[in-house]
Formats: sequence, C-alpha cells, structure tokens
Amino acid sequence: MDRLTLVKRILGLAVLIVALGFPLIVTQPTMVNFAILILMAAQLGVAWNILGGYAGQVSLGHAVFYGIGAYTSSVLAAKFGLSPWLGMLAGGAIASGFALLIGWPCFRLKGHYFAMATLAIAAIVEVLVTNWDYVEGAIGIYLPMTNSGWAGMVFTRSKTPYFYIALGLLLLSLLVSRILQKSYIGYYFRAIKEDPDAARSLGINLARYKLVAIAASAFLTAMGGTLYAQKELFIDPGSVLAGSLSIKIALIAILGGVGTLFGPVVGALVLIAIEEFTRQIFGSTGMGTDMIIYGGIIVIIAMFSPGGIAGLLGEWERAWRARRKLVYTPPGDGI
Amino acid sequence: MTHAPLLAVEGLHMMFGGLVANRDISFSVGEGQIIGLIGPNGAGKTTLFNCLAGYYRPSAGTIRFNGVAVGGQTPEEAARRGIARTFQIVRIFPEMTVLENVMVGAMLRTKKVAAARAAAENELVFIGLDHRSDVKAAQLTVSEQKRLEVARALATHPRLILLDEVMAGLTPTEVREASQMVVRIRDRGISSIIVEHVMEGIMPISNRIIVLDAGVKIAEDAPAAIARNPAVIAAYLGE
Repeated sequence: MDRLTLVKRILGLAVLIVALGFPLIVTQPTMVNFAILILMAAQLGVAWNILGGYAGQVSLGHAVFYGIGAYTSSVLAAKFGLSPWLGMLAGGAIASGFALLIGWPCFRLKGHYFAMATLAIAAIVEVLVTNWDYVEGAIGIYLPMTNSGWAGMVFTRSKTPYFYIALGLLLLSLLVSRILQKSYIGYYFRAIKEDPDAARSLGINLARYKLVAIAASAFLTAMGGTLYAQKELFIDPGSVLAGSLSIKIALIAILGGVGTLFGPVVGALVLIAIEEFTRQIFGSTGMGTDMIIYGGIIVIIAMFSPGGIAGLLGEWERAWRARRKLVYTPPGDGI
Repeated sequence: MTHAPLLAVEGLHMMFGGLVANRDISFSVGEGQIIGLIGPNGAGKTTLFNCLAGYYRPSAGTIRFNGVAVGGQTPEEAARRGIARTFQIVRIFPEMTVLENVMVGAMLRTKKVAAARAAAENELVFIGLDHRSDVKAAQLTVSEQKRLEVARALATHPRLILLDEVMAGLTPTEVREASQMVVRIRDRGISSIIVEHVMEGIMPISNRIIVLDAGVKIAEDAPAAIARNPAVIAAYLGE
C-alpha cells in the first residue's frame, strides 16, 4: 500500500467517524436536516450510478423507482398498518420487478433512445398515479403519525434517527456498488458500456447483465423513496414521481463522476449545497436559480471534465503517481 | 474413416434485401488447421465471418460446428461454443487496462476474478504484451491493439478463432511476427480462419486458401496452387 492509498483510507475513516458523530455535535435541526438531504441525495446517486455509471445505461426516469418505493410502503402502512421496514423491502422488490418489466423491451434501444424511453415511462407513470384513486391520486397519502418510534420509522421529536437511517442506506448502497464493481459483473458492466458488440464476442449476454444492473439500481432507489415518505409523512406524485426528480438523480452522479464509487457522494454534497443556498437567498423555491446553476455546472463538467469531480481528482492522482515514479524510481526497477 | 471436421459450412447464402453478399458457400475446417480467406474488397469475407460468429443469421444453408448445427446462434452462444473472433476495425475496451480487457475474455470460463486475472496474465505473456498490462488500452499502438484483441479472444478458450485483417497496416517485421503468432496459436490446437490482404503473411502458414469474389467461392486450394489459379488472377487483376 503506498502513501496515497493510506491517506485515502484514513480520510475515508475520518469522514465516516465525523458522519457518525455529526448529529451528536451539531444539534441545530436545520443543519441536521441539511445533512439528511445530502445523505439521501448521495444514496440515490449511488443507486443510479450502478445502472447509469457502471453499466452505461443512462436513465432519466429513476423517479419511477423512487415513487414505487414511497408509494408501496405508504399504502401498506396507511391501509394495512404494515411496518415501513417491511414496506421498504416490498417497495424494493416491486421496483425491481417493474425495472425488469420495462428493461426487457427498453434495453433493445441503444444510447439516447434508452434514456428517452425511461423519460417517457416516468412521465406516463406520474400521470397514471395522479389519476389512480386507490392511492389518493393527486391528493397524496398522509402517513399515520401514531406509530412513533423505530418500529414504525416515525420520529416526530428529533430528525436525528432519519440521519442514521439515511447514512445506513447510503453505506448499504456503497457496499452493493463495491461488491458489484469488484466482481466479474462489474467488469462485464464496463465492457458492455465501452463496446457492446465486442462484449458479445466474449460471450456476454447483454440483456442479462443490463437487467441485473437495473434491478439492483431500482431496488436501492425504491428504498430511498420509502425513507423520504417516512421522513415527510406525506407523499404525492409531484414530490416522488416528478420528472425533475429523475433529472436530479442523474445529475448527482454525473456531476460527481459516473462509474466511480464515491463520485455521487461528492455530487450530492455540491448539488444540495447549491439548492439550499439559493433557497435561502431567493426564497422557498429558489425561483429556479438552483436549476440555472446546475445547468451551468453541467456545461462546465461536459467541457472540461467529462468524468465529473471524481474524474478530475482521479486525473490529479494519476499525475501525482506518475511524477513520483519519475522522481523516485529505485535502481533496478526501471522500465 | 475420418473425423467430422471442426467447422462445416454447406450452401451458405447471406442476403441483405436484394443484395447477395454470400452465395452458396461450402467449405470445412479441420482441427488445428489454418485457413486463409482472401478476395477483393466487397467479396463478402467479413459477411461470412459475421455469419460464422453469430452476428448475422444466414439466409440459407447450414453451419455445423463440432457436429452441432449453429446457423441461427447469437454471438454470445458462438463464444461459449468456442468460436472467437477479432474485428476488422479493432474493438478493444479503451478505458480499461490491457489486463482488464483480457480478463473480460477469461471470465467466459471462470467467474472468479483472481482466476481470470491469472489466465489473462498468461495470455498477455503468450501474445507478448505483458509489459503493457497496466496501461489503458486506448494508449496502445494500433499493432498492439490488434494483438490485445487476439489475446482477449484467446482468453475465451476457443477451438476456432476468426482473425479479421490482423496484419493490415503492420510493418514487414510485424507481419512476420503476426504469422508466427498464428502458428503458435495453431500449436495450441486452435484452428483459425484468417481474412487477409497481406499475402506474404498468410501464404506460408495456411493449409488452404479460400478465395471469394463478389460473394462466390471461386477457388479453394493449397497456397502455391492458388497463386497460379487463372480464376484468382483474373479476379484480382481483371481479365
């Protein structure tokens, strides 16, 4: 292990310890809420990244999976009194099933056409749910607040437990990403992303591995949806199925760095900071200024660092290693 | 009594709408043979490769590999059965390292990453690219990229490898090395079909040469006889 790897490990551990202790030190509700928003956004970015980053299948409809997660657990809790913890798993399972269903035909489409199909499907589902009386249509679902505590995943006095649930979900998503990335599946994802025809010549069944990617991505995204529902205790199509949400999920990963483990976490930090900052200056909705800034950032990223922030850091790391090698080549170990 | 050949093609037709790219082509490849496939541009060589490797479904005719009819197979089925290929215009994974490229090939036979890495390292030694293992594939020279493609194909443990113009654009020294490489692949018991324009690269090593012209097989013979065949000379030089 060289010095840079050691520094990175220590830095990662430090970040984790700070994150674990954060709500104990910072007790201001607005700050805790801000941190929860970052963790939730990061978790969504990490989940999206499995499909859009590693496997290279850009989805602009991930709000569908988020919405399925939120609606499944909420309907089960509000109508059947089922624990949101079980609802979270049920939501994940249904989202995965739905992902496989839409993935089967959509993965026949290449590149931009796949992205357009996901965009369209998300828009259709939003309209359908808005007009579906069983799930309260456009009115939305209010969740019961009676079941306060960990069993019911409802916390009315302090938001701190949501912080730890969000952190747990983020760590779970990072773990799943890491396991996939390190296994043969991760290599297959990259091969499919870089050259699908060449991948087929090596015996890779494209559809099968894309379906693995979308199912895993959808499951984790849906879990995030359940957490959102429990945190807000109210959902409607506009809050969990909106097209702008799909775009935001994709942006988090693209800004941070597609196909990197921690890129989406960095992306979430930057995006949520911009969003909250513009809200404080320009009022509740930020008057769309956050979107203007997002747009500007995307242009800059596309022009100067298509690999996102993490891509930029990776380039610096390679340059640093290359320079060190040049300076400190031990004798007998030359080229 | 002779064994059934490794690959037997019978009456293969490939049509794109009204255009006939391959017409009534029959030939066979035995175990451990090197077959040269030549012909002017547009003769249908790459189309034939795409039929054999599962990228096209032949319009008519049969392809038997190892005794099994494989006419309508997909590329991934072809790879699993032991038909590997390279591409006329190299198709490496540019953002992956040289080693990772070959590992993806090795993963057809083992899903364990460590085992795939070991197998890939062996193939890189075989092909002479082991000193470039950790370089991004995009940074290789064209001739190195072509070798990388061969190493990646070999890592899938094929019984037949389809080499599509691996010698094009190489220097005379590199062409000699490429010829020797094909012989060393043969020595591992792997048969090959080589599409090539570089005659000095395939004439000395091929068991037989098949000549295509305008989608039709016009000759199949030993290399020395092919060079004297009037139909072949006419196809290349015009009447």
